[in-house]
Amino acid sequence: MNTTVSSPPSADTRPALKFITCGSVDDGKSTLIGRLLVDSKAVLQDHLAGVQRQGETDLALLTDGLSAEREQGITIDVAYRYFNTETRKFIIGDAPGHEQYTRNMVTAASSADAAVVLVDATKLDWRNADLKLLAQTRRHSLLLKLLRVPSIVFAVNKLDAIEDPTLAFTHIRNALTEFAATAGLTVTATVPVSALKGWNVVEAAADAHWCSYSGPTLLDLLEHLPVTPADVSLPVSFPVQWVEKFSSSSDTSQGRRVFWGRVATGEMTVGQAVKVMPSGLSANVAQVLDHARNPKSVAAGHSAGIVLDREVDVSRGDWLLAAGGEGDTLTAERSIRATVAWLDDEPLVAGRVYWALHGHRWVKAKVQRIVHKLDIHTLAEEEATQLEPNAIGHIELALQEPLATRPFAESRALGALVLVDTASHKTSGALLVA
Amino acid sequence: MNARIDSAVLQPAEHHLSNAHLDALEEETIFILREVAAAFERPALLFSGGKDSLVMLRCAEKAFGVGRIPYPLLMIDTGHNFPEVTAFRDLRAGELQAELIVRNVEDSMRRGTVRLAHPDEPRNAHQSVTLLEAIEEFRFDALIGGARRDEEKARAKERIFSHRDSFGQWQPKAQRPELWTLFNTRLAPGEHFRVFPISNWTELDVWQYIERENIALPSLYYSHKRDVVDRRGLLVPVTELTPAKDGEKVENRDVRFRTLGDVTCTCPVESSAATPEQIVLETLTAEVSERGSTRMDDKTSDASMEKRKKDGYF
Repeated sequence: MNTTVSSPPSADTRPALKFITCGSVDDGKSTLIGRLLVDSKAVLQDHLAGVQRQGETDLALLTDGLSAEREQGITIDVAYRYFNTETRKFIIGDAPGHEQYTRNMVTAASSADAAVVLVDATKLDWRNADLKLLAQTRRHSLLLKLLRVPSIVFAVNKLDAIEDPTLAFTHIRNALTEFAATAGLTVTATVPVSALKGWNVVEAAADAHWCSYSGPTLLDLLEHLPVTPADVSLPVSFPVQWVEKFSSSSDTSQGRRVFWGRVATGEMTVGQAVKVMPSGLSANVAQVLDHARNPKSVAAGHSAGIVLDREVDVSRGDWLLAAGGEGDTLTAERSIRATVAWLDDEPLVAGRVYWALHGHRWVKAKVQRIVHKLDIHTLAEEEATQLEPNAIGHIELALQEPLATRPFAESRALGALVLVDTASHKTSGALLVA
Repeated sequence: MNARIDSAVLQPAEHHLSNAHLDALEEETIFILREVAAAFERPALLFSGGKDSLVMLRCAEKAFGVGRIPYPLLMIDTGHNFPEVTAFRDLRAGELQAELIVRNVEDSMRRGTVRLAHPDEPRNAHQSVTLLEAIEEFRFDALIGGARRDEEKARAKERIFSHRDSFGQWQPKAQRPELWTLFNTRLAPGEHFRVFPISNWTELDVWQYIERENIALPSLYYSHKRDVVDRRGLLVPVTELTPAKDGEKVENRDVRFRTLGDVTCTCPVESSAATPEQIVLETLTAEVSERGSTRMDDKTSDASMEKRKKDGYF
C-alpha cells in the first residue's frame, strides 16, 4: 500500500465535533467543505481525481454525491463527511441551502454541535450600511437558535470577488450582528473567507489583514469549539426504549424485567426513587446495567438497563423520572404548546390529526390552533390558518394520551417531538415544546 | 512505511486507546440495534462475515448478550465468496447462537429472476434481486446493514433509518427528515427500512475498534502471499473465477484485503500489515479510499452506487 504522505493525521481521543454548513443556495457551502478537506489533506487521491475536469478541480463535486445534484448543481440532501486534523476529529453535515430542502438542513442541525452559516457577499448590497440579509440566512439562523445548536459561526464568503472587501465585510458583519441581537442569537465569531481561493479557511489569507481581520481561520475556530455536553445537571430522565424479560439469568433476579434506554438527562443511580410517566407509579432503582459492567450509576448520553425493586407496569415509550424535588413538578398533560418547524411539502392544517413521537412513544396529536406564524424577515408574529412548507410557527396540540414534557429550552430530550403525517408517513414537522 | 512520517504518530499505545470517540460510536450503534429490536416486528441483520458486519455483531453482542440477539442474521450469497469468509461467517454465527439464514443468487438464477448478461459477469449487483426475494419470503420489515457513510458519495447521503418503498427502492430526493434520535419507523404494507447502525464509523474507527475489542476476522484481512495481476492499478487476485488474461504477468505478492465481497470484483492491496495495530497505522496514512483501491464494480460511473441503491441494493 502506498503510504507517501507529508502530514498524516493522528487519531483523536475526544468525541468528534459534529458541525454543519448552511446558508443560502450558491453561497459556496460545498466548495467550502471541499476546501476544508483538501487543505487539511483529508481527501484521498481517487476522490480528488474524481472531481478534476480538464485540469480544474471543482471542490463542490466532492460532496454533491447524487446524480440529480450534479445535474442541477445544487445540494439536495445532507452529505456527511469525516475528517481528522492533527488535533481533532470532525463529522461535517453539508446541508442544502435551497428553501425546498430546508428539512434536510434541520435534519443535520438537530444533531450538530456547531454550525457554520455561509453568507455570500456578492449577493448583498454591501455598499449600503443598512444592507438586508438573504431570507435563507435568516431562516437557517433562526432554526439553529430554535434547535439550540450551541456554537454558530458566520463565514462571509466570496470576498475575493468584491472590489472593496474591507468595507463589504464591515457592513455585512454589522448586519449580522444586528440580526443576531434582534433574534437573540449568540454568535461565536464572524470570519471573512474565500472558499474558492482558500483564504481564512485552513490557511490564513495571503494578506494578514485582509478585510481588516486578524483573527483565527475557520479551521482554527472549529478545532476549539466545544462538543455539546450531555444534560447531566438536570434531574434524571430516562425514556424506556425496550423491555427485556429474562426467564432466568445470572445478572438479574428470576423473571425480572430490564428496561433498556439511553439516559436523557441527569444520572441514573442505584437506589434512585423514580416515577413512571405517564402512569405516575413509583419504584426504586435496584440495579443499573450497561453493556459491559454492573455500575452504580449511568450518566446522561449513555445507554443503560434499569431494574426496578418492584413489579410496576412499564412499557416502551414510558419515562422514568426522578421522584422527589424538581422531578415531581413534571406532570403528564393532554395538551402542549410548541414551536414548529414545518418540513413537509403539504402545509400544516389547523384541525388535522398527526402522529407525534416523543422519546419512544407515539401518540395521536390534533392541531387545535395555530397561535402565530413567524415572519422571518421582521421576526413579527402573524396570524395564520395554515403553515406552508419551511414556515416556523407556534401551535397548540391536543394529545390522545398525556405526555410528560419540559420546554425544549430546558431539556432537548423531554422537549423535542416530531410530527408524522398519518397518510403519507412523512416526517412533517419538528416540534419544540414551549 | 514512509520515512517522512512523524515518528510520534507511529508510537503504538496512545492513539490506539482513543476510547472516548470509539465509546461514542459504540453507544450510538447499540442504541440503534436496540431500537430496531423494539420498533419492528420482523427485522434481520445482514451478515457477510466481513469486518463491518463483525463490528456490528460485537455491538449486538453487547446490546443483547450471547444467545439473545433478537433477530436472525441474513446472508445473500453470490456463490462467489471467498471460502475463508463463508467458514468464518458460520463459525461466528454459531458462537453467538444466532439464527443464520442464507439465500443464494444462484437460486434466483435458477428461478429466472436473475439473468446474467454473460456467464462471468460479477454477481454483486444482482444481490438486490435475491435480497428483495428474501424480504418478501420472510416479510422482513427492517434490514440492518453495515454500510458506512465514509465509503462512497451516495452512502454519505444515507439516513440511519432509510425508508424503502415496496420495490425496495431508495428515493434520495424524498428522504425523511431525521431529527435528533426520534426515528420515524412508520411503514405502509410492503415497505421496509434499511437501518445503518455504523453510519458514522470510518474505516479507521472500524480498525481501531477491532484492535481495542480484539475482534477475530477472516485471515484474508491480514497480509498474506497471493497470486495477483496488476490490471490498471488494481491488484486482481488470480482465482478460478478471475484467471489471468493473455499476456498478463502473474506475481506472488504480499497483500491484504481492505474489503471482502464477491471474488470477481474485490481486489487486495499490497501490504505487510499482519495485525490490527499495523493496519490502523496504514489506514492513518492511506492515500486511496477503501473502495477506490479495491472495488472494480464501483468504477463504472460516478453514480453507480446510487443507481444500484435505487434498485434496492444495499
